[in-house]
Amino acid sequence: MTQLSRNRRDFLRAAAGLTLGSTLLPSRLFSRSGVPQKDRKVVVITFGGGARDQETFAPEGQENIPNLMRELIPQSSFFTQVVNRGILGHYVATASLATGVYETINNFASLPPQSPTVFEYFRRDLHRPASDAWVVAPSNGFNRIGESSHRSYGPGQGARVILPKHLLTAATKGTPDYEHLLRDNYETPFFAPEVAGNEFELEQLRTLLKLSVNDFKTHALTLSSPDELSVYIVRQLMRQAAPSLLWITMHDIDIAHAGAYSLYIDGIRRTDRLCLEVWKAIESEPEYAGKTTLFILPDFGRDSDEDAGGNGFQHHRTGDVMSRTTWMMALGPGVREGIVYDRPLDSTDLVPTIGSMMGFSAELSQGKPIQEFL
Amino acid sequence: MLPRDLKPEQFSGYPPLAQRLATGNLQSLRNLPLSFLPSLLREMIEFDYKFPAERRSLERELANLKVLSESQWKEWFSEFAAIHLSSSMEKFDWVNQPAQFVEQLSAHLWTTHQQDAFRKAATEYGDRLRAAVPPEDPKIPRVAIAVVGQGVPSSEYPLFRKLRAHGAFYTKIDAKGGLNALLDFASVRAKTNPIPYAHWYIDGGQPAACDSSLTCISYRALDPARNQLLAKMQKQSEAPGSGPENLRTVMAALRPSDLKLDHAGDPVLSRFELKLLTEGSGTQIFSTTFAQWAARETLRRAQPLTLMVRFAPRQRQRPMSEMLSVPKETLELDPQGSLVDADFGAYYTWLNQQRLTGAAQASFIAWFEEHGTAIAIGPTVPRGTVSNSSVDLKQVLSWTV
Repeated sequence: MTQLSRNRRDFLRAAAGLTLGSTLLPSRLFSRSGVPQKDRKVVVITFGGGARDQETFAPEGQENIPNLMRELIPQSSFFTQVVNRGILGHYVATASLATGVYETINNFASLPPQSPTVFEYFRRDLHRPASDAWVVAPSNGFNRIGESSHRSYGPGQGARVILPKHLLTAATKGTPDYEHLLRDNYETPFFAPEVAGNEFELEQLRTLLKLSVNDFKTHALTLSSPDELSVYIVRQLMRQAAPSLLWITMHDIDIAHAGAYSLYIDGIRRTDRLCLEVWKAIESEPEYAGKTTLFILPDFGRDSDEDAGGNGFQHHRTGDVMSRTTWMMALGPGVREGIVYDRPLDSTDLVPTIGSMMGFSAELSQGKPIQEFL
Repeated sequence: MLPRDLKPEQFSGYPPLAQRLATGNLQSLRNLPLSFLPSLLREMIEFDYKFPAERRSLERELANLKVLSESQWKEWFSEFAAIHLSSSMEKFDWVNQPAQFVEQLSAHLWTTHQQDAFRKAATEYGDRLRAAVPPEDPKIPRVAIAVVGQGVPSSEYPLFRKLRAHGAFYTKIDAKGGLNALLDFASVRAKTNPIPYAHWYIDGGQPAACDSSLTCISYRALDPARNQLLAKMQKQSEAPGSGPENLRTVMAALRPSDLKLDHAGDPVLSRFELKLLTEGSGTQIFSTTFAQWAARETLRRAQPLTLMVRFAPRQRQRPMSEMLSVPKETLELDPQGSLVDADFGAYYTWLNQQRLTGAAQASFIAWFEEHGTAIAIGPTVPRGTVSNSSVDLKQVLSWTV
């Protein structure tokens, strides 16, 4: 694991000219950012269902992430070792990221997280309305991620969840021209829980996103993937609702489960481009510019080529170091730019860190606030 | 039930050879922890349908268990014994459904955060087994050949990047007759060393003529079986309460006859083909995935002396629900994307060949079909070199193998 972190650090220092963060003294960065706590916004992007170093930060992989390398990393604090010690399934791992607790719910069941989500902490402690916390998620399986089943929190206290593909299905009523935007990963056709009815979704489109069905359909025709559709919805959401806490789950990369390397690489390149697009939206929207922290991190990695028990990039089943160890970058006011931190973090540290930044307590989280941000 | 309660009659549902194997090793099986035994039974219950190399390997593993001392037994299995299982797992019919038990075990290990402990125990067991019972050396040095890029007129893609450091990269191969040269080479090896399931030709599309000395499988020949499987998968996806886990259970219960794969009079090969389609992720929809996975499984299980895998264009990406349906029309292909898939598939084929015994003496060749680019790796081939001389594949074979 140490070797993995050293490789990422070396790649980044060589390619992007970053400084090693452990040599710098921490300071009260966020309090120095000049942004009052009540005005701070946070956007989290989960990077597409997991990608490995050799297709991203290793020298041979950097061609796949030009936007992260050239545009975002130089502006970010980069953590080379974010370890996921939980279950490596996308829904349960994303739920763990969002609760700060290693969730044990069935990855393929339509269940809410067991522990309070970051959205519930945020809304209760800061007395924020439902419209201030949103999740944009790729597939119907994520429809319960906005709020937990915890007895002290739960229904009505979490984030609102938009499922763009469900929205598109409702708007187009299955018109063939849009099927490329309804692609899903290999397993999802066998896991399609019922979500809210079409009327509710179309009502969301009109009232919340200020989009007519026709405009939505017309624009959707210009897009090429489900994650592009998600980012389109995110931009509308940022303009119309400007939530303070916005969580975007990318998923195109997970086509890797079907075993086609070229499609996996296409997914990484698209996600790289979309991450920059979201950052540019943050910088250009008045409600977000100068007061938003963006976190980008995978939910976990994928199996290494060296583990004979797996089949390399295709899956994340072995539980090896490569599949458990990922990275995280943070950008925005108060974040030191161009710094690499080598010390290991836990993926459950994200929620208490967001809590410290925004002023709420993630009291049931297993993680700890990341000191380098405080 | 726990392993110590095992009785011979409980294996009456096993195929004949597997039953004999189990009852002949009953005392050893009784001493194994429940977290370990079903994984072994999963292999044993398939004994009648295993390749010769697998049978020998399993017999040697079981023979080793018989000679372990008490202290060795503790050393080998104490970490497995420390894995905590639920009472419902003890009640499961793990004797007759070991594969289903192992699926449940995997979910249990992840949920109870015991995956790392199990992984460590399994890795250490594998290391000890290899030390105590070293795998057999091959009768002759192994050769693997990957043919990539069928149907691609030209490409700027930098092929064989991950392999170049290990061998000689050729830039001016005379492509004429190349495919036949490779197939002839494989056939001659098979005829000279006639060992069952030791020489393979796998094609990701329409195969070239396959010599009877080779074990041949192809994506095209499996079209009827694939379509039957896709129909079953589609039906399963429409069933209430369906999910990936249910699908796996349904697919694990399929027999070759369910997909009309039992026509060839070779139950071992039929079962292998069934497993390629039912256990491989994506093998039902992408020919490149099928070819890569088939090569991997052939190397892992049959441990061949000769393997030739030829990749063919896969269908273009479509919505997954569509791809998992029986196609109603001719599918649009993606040759350029398939070239990238096959390039990585060639690399994985080499990696999997390197995991077998005799790796240091093994040879590997990958060729861009109908083009001038190839890579050759072997004990006598200088690493990291480039040849810009005009040569043909027969010459490359003679210098490499």
